[in-house]
Amino acid sequence: MRHIISLLMENEAGALSRVSGLFSARGYNIESLTVAPTEDSTLSRMTIITSGSDEVIEQIIKQLNKLIDVVRVLDLNDGKYIERELMLVKVKVSVQYQDEMKRISDIFRGRIIDVSDNTFTIELTGATSKLDAYIDSLDSDSIIETVRTGASGIGRGDRILKI
Amino acid sequence: MKPEIITGAEIVIRSLQEESVKFVFGYPGGAVLNIYDAIFKQTQFKHVLVRHEQAAVHAADAFSRATGKVGVALVTSGPGATNAVTGIATAFMDSIPMVVISGQVPTHAIGQDAFQECDTVGITRPCVKHNFLVKDINNIASTIKKAFYLAATGRPGPVLVDIPKDITAEEAEYIYPKSISMRSYNPIIKGHTGQINKAIELLVNAKKPMVYSGGGVVLGDASESLTNFVNELGFPVTSTLMGLGGFPASDNKFQGMLGMHGTYQANMAMQECDVLLAVGARFDDRVIGNPDNFLAKPKKIIHIDIDPASISKRVKIDIPIVGDVKSVLEEFILTYKDIKKTHDKSIASDWLEQIKKWADKDCMAYKDDGSQIKPQRVIQMLHKVTNGDAFVTSDVGQHQMWAAQYYAFDKPRRWINSGGLGTMGVGLPYAMGCQLAFPDSQVACVTGEASIQMCIQELSTCKQFNLPVKIINLNNRYMGMVRQWQEFFYGNRYAESYMDALPDFVKLAESYGHVGMKIEKSSDIEPALKEAFSPKLKERLVFMDFITDQSENVFPMIASGKGLSEMILAEDL
Repeated sequence: MRHIISLLMENEAGALSRVSGLFSARGYNIESLTVAPTEDSTLSRMTIITSGSDEVIEQIIKQLNKLIDVVRVLDLNDGKYIERELMLVKVKVSVQYQDEMKRISDIFRGRIIDVSDNTFTIELTGATSKLDAYIDSLDSDSIIETVRTGASGIGRGDRILKI
Repeated sequence: MKPEIITGAEIVIRSLQEESVKFVFGYPGGAVLNIYDAIFKQTQFKHVLVRHEQAAVHAADAFSRATGKVGVALVTSGPGATNAVTGIATAFMDSIPMVVISGQVPTHAIGQDAFQECDTVGITRPCVKHNFLVKDINNIASTIKKAFYLAATGRPGPVLVDIPKDITAEEAEYIYPKSISMRSYNPIIKGHTGQINKAIELLVNAKKPMVYSGGGVVLGDASESLTNFVNELGFPVTSTLMGLGGFPASDNKFQGMLGMHGTYQANMAMQECDVLLAVGARFDDRVIGNPDNFLAKPKKIIHIDIDPASISKRVKIDIPIVGDVKSVLEEFILTYKDIKKTHDKSIASDWLEQIKKWADKDCMAYKDDGSQIKPQRVIQMLHKVTNGDAFVTSDVGQHQMWAAQYYAFDKPRRWINSGGLGTMGVGLPYAMGCQLAFPDSQVACVTGEASIQMCIQELSTCKQFNLPVKIINLNNRYMGMVRQWQEFFYGNRYAESYMDALPDFVKLAESYGHVGMKIEKSSDIEPALKEAFSPKLKERLVFMDFITDQSENVFPMIASGKGLSEMILAEDL
């Protein structure tokens, strides 16, 4: 099953490679991994999308907790959460299809952020599944480039990951 | 008082002194020259010059295994660090507290492919508990403090501190932190009371109880607590390779080692028990074999371990107890005392009878008509001659298993071997670490003609530091364990497992200034050992080359991936 794991770690050199090294060394899946400093510059927050059986996920959480630089770990799937990912897509659009492209993007609440003679670049935010759905709705031949940040997640309401 | 201003190299030395380090095992080189210069000017600890960095780390590791203190190794950048990696990985797999200090090229040269540069922190990351690259002289002292703290607390392990050369030459204020606290690292010591109560209730109602003790009992200095607890309950005990000595082998509750080369009774009891108490053990593949087979017989499992990640890793645990094994076992004893009166020990009497029947199979018996030297006999004689009180180190292979099986260890920290990584070549450097830690004790290195050649250069170190180690070389002219597998599973095709062009070990030992002996007759085993351990040779390293039966195999044996009850016994063949 797909899990979103959030963690806080010391903002130290090499901390990211300790996490990515753990996943490769133990053969765990990583679908995406995002990391950036938090409002407290000594801490980084990481979101990892992974998948595995309950036993594997339990081991992943334990192994992450075991890393010395990791301060806190939360499996967002244990409760309610919000997930968002940012995607930029550059598509080929000839003049007669520009309106249709705009309509499709509006349906997904995408914004056109760059226009050239025959391309649009669209910015889209949402859960990973929504971004996937948008890609599916496009003619695959028209897609020139996609860039995705990987998902970030946060617990709803009182679910807080903080030290 | 204003803090002193000293060089980075001096800060390293002072920090080690602050940690009461007595020995530093190392090898100099360009990036650590400033540190070596500071070592030259100090007298508080002794530097032990090895002949290869791998041996420095192994010796530091053994010092730690034998004493319980943090071992320290010092190596230079590049090849010094890469040579150390095998030693670090060996210590990591067996959770040995150790601090390795490596030199690094100057900070401005990092990333320039400088001479003797390698990404030491990157290379060692998967095989250390933690590592640091110190880029600021002001962080040297606090980093070394952290390194010792991390190495020794929680589940122990090696910690590496990589120090670029330039900052060892700079000067800064020296302040050694008194204590350390890390928001990201707080190992749990005390076990959960509710879980402990549940565990005791399960244990006293067990009809077929079994205790499975691991290396954590030795590392956690919990041997006495375990023995006390087991004595209260009267339960049978088995031990892993790493746990030997954690419970006295001469106690009749001890069923011998379990696992791939464990005893029949220990493995059968593990398989058939209804309640299993696992203490500081990790259910690894060499111990329980195939987990599905192991769980085919339903049992309730209680697992005490300081590392939460060890719990339910290979086998689902019913009652996990995270904590220091000693602290938890002491809680166990107190909790048990409260309900001792209600414990009807007779409910397990059939079980104890059954175990006796299994033991009657006498799975450790071997044929010996005296025509050849049997390796098992050598170990039994070694036990006799040393009164079972020596520090016994081993390399890896058949001789390791025979040493584990036949030298009945009664005390913890006496059996020093590479269990997890299985590193050939550790035996001699391990013996060095033990002998330095306990100069007046008997130290025997049980090895084979293949393993000993992997760190043979350390005979020179032993000469320089007058280490009177006794080397028991079980020479069967084969990489015995490889040959055994080839015999059983590869149709007797002994691919590259023979040892050709062996040196004359007697002359080799003599050329290093030691005593060499070649023993070819079974009747000479005991006299030779007696001579080697006699007061006459007390100050000398003795290399005993025992020419043993080439065809001898280690029994019982469980094939890889099979279950505990699927043992091959000597009598089956």
